[in-house]
Formats: sequence, C-alpha cells, structure tokens
Amino acid sequence: MSDVLLPSGEGPLFHRDRDWHPPALTPQYKSTTFRAPRHPLLAMGQTATEFTGPTFGHSKLGELDGDLIRNYSQDGSDAMGQRIIVYGQVLDENARAVPNTLVEVWQANAAGRYRHKREGYLAPLDPNFGGCGRVLTDENGFYSFRTIKPGAYPWPNNGNDWRPAHIHFSIFGDAFAQRLISQMYFEGDPMIWQCPIVGTVPDKSAIDQLIARLDRENTVHYDALAYRFDIVLRGRRSTMFENKLEGN
Amino acid sequence: MLHKTQKLKETPSQTAGPYVAIGMAPNAEKFADIKGVYKKDLGITMLGPDTKGERIEIVINVIDGDGVPASDALIEIWQADADGNYVKDADPVAGDFTGFGRQVMNDKGEFLFQTIKPGRVTGPDGLRMAPHVSVWIVARGINIGLQTRLYFEDETEANASDWVLNKIPSPRRRQTLIARKEQGTDMVRYVLDVHLQGDKETVFFDV
Repeated sequence: MSDVLLPSGEGPLFHRDRDWHPPALTPQYKSTTFRAPRHPLLAMGQTATEFTGPTFGHSKLGELDGDLIRNYSQDGSDAMGQRIIVYGQVLDENARAVPNTLVEVWQANAAGRYRHKREGYLAPLDPNFGGCGRVLTDENGFYSFRTIKPGAYPWPNNGNDWRPAHIHFSIFGDAFAQRLISQMYFEGDPMIWQCPIVGTVPDKSAIDQLIARLDRENTVHYDALAYRFDIVLRGRRSTMFENKLEGN
Repeated sequence: MLHKTQKLKETPSQTAGPYVAIGMAPNAEKFADIKGVYKKDLGITMLGPDTKGERIEIVINVIDGDGVPASDALIEIWQADADGNYVKDADPVAGDFTGFGRQVMNDKGEFLFQTIKPGRVTGPDGLRMAPHVSVWIVARGINIGLQTRLYFEDETEANASDWVLNKIPSPRRRQTLIARKEQGTDMVRYVLDVHLQGDKETVFFDV
C-alpha cells in the first residue's frame, strides 16, 4: 500500500482554510456591509459537482489574447505605459503544477483608468488599451502575458482611499471548487499596506503571496521588465491505492 | 497512517471588484463594451445544436442587504448533462454541451442562462442527488466567491432525498435553493432569487 495523490480531475479537495482568506464582512471595505452573508457558510462536503469543473482548450484563445499591449490596438500602436511581462507558475497545495488551465486577467491602464461604462475617474482612457487578457498554463503550469503596468487610482470608500497598482486574476483549475479570483500587486509599492481591500486578508504572509516579485533575470532586453507571480489553487486530498503509481 | 497535508497555502482571494466584466465578459455592452479582443465571451453559450435534454432557461436574481439588485455581479454555473455526467474537455466550437455558463446582468436585470435540465448525479452515499446546478457569485463587496446550488421546484420527490439539501437543518432555509418554475415564451424557465442578506438569506456553502 502506498499513499499517493489522485490524478488531476478526480477526487475531493483539501478543506479550504477560510482563516487564510478574507472574511465575508470587512467593514473597512464598505461594500461588504450590505453584501456579506450573515449566516455562517454551511459545510456540505464535496460531490462530483464540486470536484469536476470546466476545462478549456486552445481553440478558444486568439493569438493576441495574452498581449494586452497589442490586443486592443486601434491604430496599430502599442498601449501607453511601462511595458512588463507578468509570468508565473500555477500550482496546487500539493506543490504540483496545474497544466492547461485558464488564467484571465484585467486591469486599469497606465493612468489608473478602467475601460468600463460605470468608471468615472478623470484620468484619460488610452485608445489602444482594452485591459483584458487570457492565457492557458503550459504542461508545467507556467503562464505569461505582456501588458503595461497599471496606475494607482482613488476610489469612493473612505475619504482618501487609493488602490495600489494591481492586476485582477481569475483562475479555474480543473474542479469548480478550485475557482478563484484574486489580485496581484507589485513588489515595493507602499500603497499596498494602506489599501482597505488588501487589508481584508488577515495574515501578512498571506498578503505577501499576492505580491509579484521583480525578476531582473527575465527582463526582455530594451523592452520590458518582468514580474513573477505564482498562484496556488486548492489541492486534492491524497488517498490510498494499492500498488498504483501516480498518474496510472 | 498519516494523511498528507498541504505543502503550500492557497493564494488568498480578493474581491472581483466592480469592473469584473472587463476581464470576464468584455463584450457585454452594458459594462465594458470591449469589442474585438475576444470573438465571444466565455460561457455565453452552453448548448450545441444536438445537445440532448430539455431546453430550459435559468434566471438568477442577486439581491443585496439593501434590497438592491447586485448589478455589477458575475455568475458562473456548472452542471451535469441530461444523463447526469459532467462533461470533460467540451469543444463548444464543435457544438458540444459545455455544462459551464457565465453571465453578467442583462437589460432586464436578470442573469439568464440558456441550458438544459441536468440529469441526476450519483452522490457520495451512492444515491442519486436531485437535479441541481452549482452557482458561483462574485461582485464588488464579495471578498471570496459565494458558492450555492440551484434545485428545481418540480422535483419534489428527488429534492426530499437529496444529499446536500438534507444537510440544511431549517426547511425554510432549504427553500432558498429551490428555483420556482415559470412558463417562459417558448420554454420553461426556473427563477432563483439569491438574497445575500436578510430574512431570506440564501444558504451558501463551504465546499
């Protein structure tokens, strides 16, 4: 008998550590006061509904989906701003790579302005920047996309709250219960520690997981800085198999 | 024997914020209206021309603690096919049923999914669960995606023995997961009001 991991796509996941995530109600982020459920979540265990999930093939993706500098270009020019590569590895809690999973991103432009009809910040739109991108991880769980560094911007919460520069991430995994949305911040940004939304995460080392590291090694010469942002999804619990090797 | 424990901590969740449509439904005209990047938004179409099963509409309304519809929310659903199987590696380009839907609010204030009624899936106890749809809601003011399920009003008998519904002690709260049946223009629609707070607060799960 050996204790091995289930192949991906099968079996229940580790219980989610809710203390590592932000609680539903965080009054310093005001919108949670009328949107946070007041009842505790009901523990229900997992069924096939939770440990299966949608997967996406390359047929869905366009050639420029992972290039935010070019994918909304109206006149052939690149988007304005500090050119960056954001890359990293998607892993599960067992430290195993998550291959072929969809990573979606969205962000404000270099001036801190979102392309959205309800956005009212006075900073200008960039006609050549849309702000969305998506990529699949490779067989080793790595993803990368090219974009411009988003600007910080003020938002109506308390009187003078500003969001630090950030990129929104949506990640699938292969189980619907792994579904995750988060935000990536930039190493060295003093605004991170003043942000009420960052502050919804209770533990400082959990916040550190949201901060991408400047990576000089992977800088594209005379073109773009590189930031590394690894992502961890929930892992599947190990189970007992007799004489059965992982992946068989 | 000791069980394996996690080697890494999960990346903590952060709110999807008010502009989730930019990244996850960029073509939606009411919101980002970003045309030309993605041909089609992900999860808009769940059905293929030959998909087996009863065509239905699912309408989900999300109401916050002030009684206001959460118009900036985004909802994803995941469901079995008509035979009660979860689809792997569906190719929507080839017209497969995907089991996966994603919607932002439409002009009528609804989150509307065109799908089929799912079959029954075997539960952990070996018995078949009632037909159901898994629902995941993100929005501004929601720090971590809310997970719930939608069941069908006209499955009284199956609902009564369902593995998950029976874990909800209060019959009144169990009712918050059951979508009411309405006759739409050319097909049946099932409507679920999801209340984030208040007397009718929906049951959300720690899955």
